[in-house]
Amino acid sequence: MSAHETAAVETHQPGTKKLFMWVWFWLLVLTGVEVLLAYMKLEPRLMLILLIGLSLIKSALIVAYFMHLRFEKIGLFLVVVPTLVFCLTMILIFVFPDSLRIVRMHP
Amino acid sequence: MAESDIDVLAGSSWDGGVAPFATNTKKLGMWLFLLSDSLTFSTAILAYAYVRLSSSNWPRPFDISPAIVNATFLTFILLSSSLTMVMAVAAAHRNEIKKAVIYILLTALGGIAFVVLHLMEWFRLFNEGVTPWANKWGDPLFGGTFFGLTGLHMLHVSIGVIYLCIIALGFGRRKFNADHVEVSGLYWHFVDLVWMFIFPMVYLMSVNLKG
Repeated sequence: MSAHETAAVETHQPGTKKLFMWVWFWLLVLTGVEVLLAYMKLEPRLMLILLIGLSLIKSALIVAYFMHLRFEKIGLFLVVVPTLVFCLTMILIFVFPDSLRIVRMHP
Repeated sequence: MAESDIDVLAGSSWDGGVAPFATNTKKLGMWLFLLSDSLTFSTAILAYAYVRLSSSNWPRPFDISPAIVNATFLTFILLSSSLTMVMAVAAAHRNEIKKAVIYILLTALGGIAFVVLHLMEWFRLFNEGVTPWANKWGDPLFGGTFFGLTGLHMLHVSIGVIYLCIIALGFGRRKFNADHVEVSGLYWHFVDLVWMFIFPMVYLMSVNLKG
């Protein structure tokens, strides 16, 4: 029991300086890709999907490595991420069909 | 990979222990705050998307210079300040107090640079006739959503700078421990993360392709 408790409370810091530099580098590369995409004259809907996709990858990198969630107990992940996904899905379901209807109502 | 996942699952059972998430309460509290704050930003961004979709003359005013170059540079500043914050947390956990304080102050400096550059851009837009309630290029709501979104984010950066300065002071005087530094780091990375959505949706989706 006591062994379990000390193991649970101890804070360990995985992740080296090199790893964080790599994450930073890839975040910059993805930002560069986004800026280039903006000038590709793509159809707005496709561009929005690509930009949001890249942003989701970037935020996943930040949350996993910079915010350390990858190295935490899976319980913390299960508290934070599915909750957020659920709330956002509910907001999207109730907001966006209406907004798209307005687009069709335009003369 | 699969093996380590199983290890994590096996180690995550509460089992009557005192710390079900293997974190201190400060960290869990910050994560829950960030969860609610990300919903605040999500609804702000969704409101922007809604207004933009339902508008018939939404402007695309941002030229590559100065607006896009400036915004890309702001992204670079925020990402780099996140890197120094990671270094600060690592140094704090190794108990290298002086190094950690210097890294925290560097991070705060990045935040100050971000706010100053962003405010300069705001005043440039004011001079061109775009304010929160007026916009000479088209739909006046463009100004409202632009200044609303970037203003809410700028408020978070400003609060973050104050927060980091307090943490640096307290950690330097050994009143705070490494956990405080780590929790302030979580907040700072979150501010960075939000900008990763505001930058493409507000700036890159409004790039002036005619210029």
